[in-house]
Order: sequence, then C-alpha cells, then structure tokens
Amino acid sequence: MIETKRPKLELLSGTFVEMLVDEGLTLLETRGVMVENADALRLLGDAGAVVDLASQRARLGRRLVEGCLASTPSSITLFDRSGEKAFAVGGDEVHFDPGSAAVTLLDHDTQEERKAATADLVDFYKLVETLEHIHFQSTGLISSDVPAAVSDGYRLYLGLCLSAKPFVTGTFRVEGFRPMKDFLVAVRGGERELRLKPLAIFDACPSPPLKWSNLTAQSLLDAARAGIPSELISMGLTGATSPVTIAGTLVQHVAENLSGLTICQVAAKGAPVIFGGSPASFDMRKGTTPMGAIETMMIDSAYAQIGKFLKLPTHAYMGLSDAKINDPQAGFETALGAVLGALSGINVISGPGMLDFESSQSLEKLVIDDGICAMVYRLLAGIAQRDDPIALGLFEGFAPDMQFLSLPHTRQWYRKEHILAGLVDRDPYEAWVTAGRTSIVDKAHADVQRRLGKYDAPPLSDPVRKEMDKIMTAYARSLGVDRLPVWEL
Amino acid sequence: MNRDELLRSMNEAIVAGNKAAAAALGAEAVRSGADLLEVIEKGYVPGLQRVGELWEQGEYFLPELISSAEAMKAAMAVLKPELDRKNIEARGGGKVVIGTVEGDIHDIGKNLVASMLQAGGFEVYDLGADVKLERFIEKAEAVGAGIICLSALLTTTMTNQKRLIGLLREKGLRDKYKVLVGGAPASHKWADEIGADGYAENAVAAVKLVRAMSGVD
Repeated sequence: MIETKRPKLELLSGTFVEMLVDEGLTLLETRGVMVENADALRLLGDAGAVVDLASQRARLGRRLVEGCLASTPSSITLFDRSGEKAFAVGGDEVHFDPGSAAVTLLDHDTQEERKAATADLVDFYKLVETLEHIHFQSTGLISSDVPAAVSDGYRLYLGLCLSAKPFVTGTFRVEGFRPMKDFLVAVRGGERELRLKPLAIFDACPSPPLKWSNLTAQSLLDAARAGIPSELISMGLTGATSPVTIAGTLVQHVAENLSGLTICQVAAKGAPVIFGGSPASFDMRKGTTPMGAIETMMIDSAYAQIGKFLKLPTHAYMGLSDAKINDPQAGFETALGAVLGALSGINVISGPGMLDFESSQSLEKLVIDDGICAMVYRLLAGIAQRDDPIALGLFEGFAPDMQFLSLPHTRQWYRKEHILAGLVDRDPYEAWVTAGRTSIVDKAHADVQRRLGKYDAPPLSDPVRKEMDKIMTAYARSLGVDRLPVWEL
Repeated sequence: MNRDELLRSMNEAIVAGNKAAAAALGAEAVRSGADLLEVIEKGYVPGLQRVGELWEQGEYFLPELISSAEAMKAAMAVLKPELDRKNIEARGGGKVVIGTVEGDIHDIGKNLVASMLQAGGFEVYDLGADVKLERFIEKAEAVGAGIICLSALLTTTMTNQKRLIGLLREKGLRDKYKVLVGGAPASHKWADEIGADGYAENAVAAVKLVRAMSGVD
C-alpha cells in the first residue's frame, strides 16, 4: 500500500529561506533590538549580547542566537484541563483556536458590533467547547463589565472554569501574569505539574520595528521561567512598520522573533517558544491592517516555512476576515486563510470567529468556521490507497446498469473518504425554497442556540474551582475591585 | 530656468514627491531673487492641491501622499529662513496641536495628518503618542494654538478624546479651541456624541477640515 501524501505548501525556495534567516541574524547582530526591560537586558548582556543600557538596545551575536535556537524545543505537547488529552504542537500538526482578544462581539440580532460582557464570554467559551474542529480555546473576548485592570486575568479565569480545552492567552499588564499563572497551577495542582503538562500558551507581541516593550519582554521572562510556552507575535505592517516588500518584512519578522526567542532562552534554557505572528499587508488607502489580504497570508505561510527550517513550532493569525458581518467576504477570506495555513503546516492557527481586523468575534462565524476547519482537516488527510488493487476489484462483473450505492465497499468507506459538512447548503433548489431560503448565517445562529443548550460542563473538582475563585477574588481585591459579575456554568 | 518653468517644476516636484528636487528648486528661487510668496502660492501649493485631487480620485495612495508632504516640507525648510530674513509672512494656516491620546501608542495615522498639515502651511506641534490629556491643553495654551487634533486607534482609548473635552470645559477653555478627532474607531457620530468640533476620516480630509475650521478657505 502506498503511503498517503500530506499535501503541503512551500512558497520559498530553500536558498531563499537561508538568505532570509541570514539577513535576520545580521540585522540582530549589527542593528540589534530595543528591549525596554531592565531584567531582560541584564540577562542578554550576561549571555554575551552587546547591551547599551542607556538606549535600551541589545545587539545579539550570531552565536548567541544560534545557541538559543539549539536549546529551544522543536515541539511542545499541550494538555487539556484534565491532563489526559495531549496535543502535539510541532511537525505539521494543525490546531485551530478562535482569533483572540476581540474588543467587540457581532450581535446577531442587531448585526452591530457591541462591547462584550461576562455573559457573552460565558457563551463564547461554552460554544467553543462544543466545536470539534477548534482544538484550543482562546481568551477571545474582553468583558466590559469588569474593570480593565483585571480583565486579562478574569477572561482566563472564566475560560478555565468553563472549558477543558488548552488555551491561547496573554497578559495586558505586567502584574497580570501572576494570577494567570496561579490559575494554571491551581488546575494542574503544582508548578512542576504545569511545567510537565502545559495548559496555556501566552502570546507576546513585539512592537515593530524591532522592539520589545516592558510588558511583552516581562511576559517572555515570566512564561519562560514557569515553563509556559510563549507565542511570538511579530506583526510588521508592510510599508508602514516594516519594509514594503514581502521578503523585507520576512527579514524583520525573523529578527523580531529570534530576539524574543533569545530573551526566553536566556531566562530559562529550554523554554518552549512558538514562532508565530500577526503581520499584515498594510492597506495604503485606508491605513488598515487587512488579515484577509492574500499578501498577508503569503507572509504568514512564508515565515512559517522559515520557522520549520529553524525547527520551531509555528503559529499564525489565519482563517479570519476583515468583513464586518458574516457576508461572502467573511467566508472566502476565512476559508482561503484556513486552507493556506493548514497546507503550510502551521501548528497553531488563530482565526476562527474573527472579523474586522482582529477586533470582533461572532458566535455564528465560529460555527461556520468550524465547518471550514472540518474541510481543512479532510484536505490534510490527503488521498489514501484503501484497497489493493485500488478499484479493479469493484469492476468485476461490470455491466451497463452497474451502480455503486449498494456496494458494501461504499458503505465501508464513504464516511472515511467524505465528510458530511455541517451547515453548508446542499439542498436542491426547490427544497431550499421550501425550507425558507435560509442563509448559512441563520442556520449558524440556530446552531449556536442548539449547541449552547446541549453544553455539558466538563468536570472540574470543587477544591480546584474554590482555589480559582480565591485567586480571582484576591487579584480583583488587590486592584480595588470588590465585586465581579455573577455567572453560571 | 524662467519663471514659468520654475513654477511648473516646483509643482511637478511636489506631485512626484521628489524631496531633493523640491528643495533644490527652492534654493534656486532664493538664489535668483524670485518672489517667494508667488513661488509658494503658484509653484508648490498647486502641486499639493493636485496631490489631494489624485488621492480623492483613487490614483494616489499613502506612500505618494506622505512623500509629497515631505517634499513640501523640504521646500519650505529652504524658503522659511529667507522669508524670515526679509520679514515676509507666508500665508499660514495657524497653529495646531496634535497627538495620540494617552494609553494609545499608535501613531502612523497621526503622523500622516501632522505631516500633511505642516505641508499645508500650518504650524504643527506634534506631541507624539500616548500623550497625557493635560499636555494637549498646556501646549495649546503655551503656543496660542487654535486647534487641537486628537487621534485614537483603540475603542478603549477613544474615550480619552471625550475626556479632553470635559477637561477643557472644567478649565473654562472649551470655547477657546476647536477640537477635532480622528482614528479608526472615531466617526462623525462619535464626534457629535462627545461634543467635538469635527471628525475627518483620512489625512486629506483632515487638512480640509482644519483649513475650514481655521478660516483659511
């Protein structure tokens, strides 16, 4: 039997990849990177970087960066809340998570973006928990009914109470790390246990070009020391905050991500790091950051190829759209990105549910996108040889009236060869008319309600839940917040 | 180069966004003793107006816009000392204080507006990004500006545009300034809601708005 080929997309030649990495390393060595964090600068200096404390600039020599690359794991295994289900983040494994940290929710009834409240976050986490093809949760919305200061920790607290899936998250303030780590430790039952079975990835975004703010550098240090994977989200905007050429932006991307990786490794050798990003093809008319642009996807696919060359786990913001509602643009941009990202073998793809330049989430879109992800996984599974000979046996007794519907072979294989796509319309025209000409968005809305209705809270032990509540209350109190919204499982 | 050639070349240098040529032509005008006000009004300014038209027609994009503004600034940098020396007042648009409000580090759009305003003859005080609200008022008071432009790129920081207006009211200074807002989450509706004097959706529109507000047009 022939081995099934995994379909794969590579936009760059091997020589080009090497040139891009080489220029990225040269950039770090000659121009360096700004690091607005004294602890990180000190560690970099101790490790051999040329550090100028006054200007907060660190020049990272090739040997330092290459040494740090060598000590970074090529694969990470995340575990769900129960600690039983494992997800490999490496190789060509693909996991989708909802595009994270949206500031608004697209309200289905009004078709307007509005601020999300705790009740919306609860629905969001519950819904994602039911979506089979979205493997990870993300802290995808921000509660507007809690003070901004506690919102980073609060969204992770809620999520961990409601969902068993691994999380993609991040800090908004330096002080936010401690309680967020404490939640994860509480779930695992210890710091060592969390290190052995990571439950969450922390995103950290450098400011283009070539700068790590105090907050993001501190997040890298804190996560590295706790054994929590850091996802490096370099996000150059072509022609605005990075070179206008795609290849030029890739050089900056390499330099920014490798500087982040170096900060992680000097803080804790062997710390897990994901080569990720959220760059965009800057719109020269509107000044916006289109995630659905084909050039954005080309940058993503290409840096992921570079990440793989460097033997690192990879991430990208793909499978999302800049449309404001669930219209045709929302569908095609999302599908295009999800397919290209998966074919590029990107390990963590953040995008489903997301609209409007990463600023809005839609529950209906999450359901539609889960269907896109299902198709993507089918694509990745490739075309297999099921029989030997492949089909000749089926044609024994060939006759003009022959059909295949009744063959045991058909019944044996149809579910493995063909997925039964959820919400897409495959009705004949008359049936579609009779059924009320329902759009996929209306079907999705009904499906959201159905799924929320059947949500079954994954078991979380009482002591763990109590500990989480205690940490959340203490964090809120430390910021002068005495009351948090009431919510239900 | 005769007068008409000089004016045409200036126009072309701005439209092409050619900083070196714009500055060199300015130097040529100074050297040959040309009428500098005429050079500005009939040479460079029509070029800038043409750039605005090309933007509105969808021919020009941000890179053209910014390089033309830079070319205009380069020309003015050459002409200004000479105008000052001869005590000639170029037709100015007034003083504008601009910045991105506190909590917000986005400054691409704000920089573009500042550049275009400067190119359009305004005296621009750019306070940068993440600017404390009090500083806008302090600066405007100190330099005698008539207009305050506030940029915000985040829905979480746009509320600071509203706060500034409140702050002006508290200090009894609201009527002294025109407050204009811009940035991705802002809109005409938002400007009305918070009692701002205007909103512009892009840099070209911002210059038009500021010109209208300051009575240049």
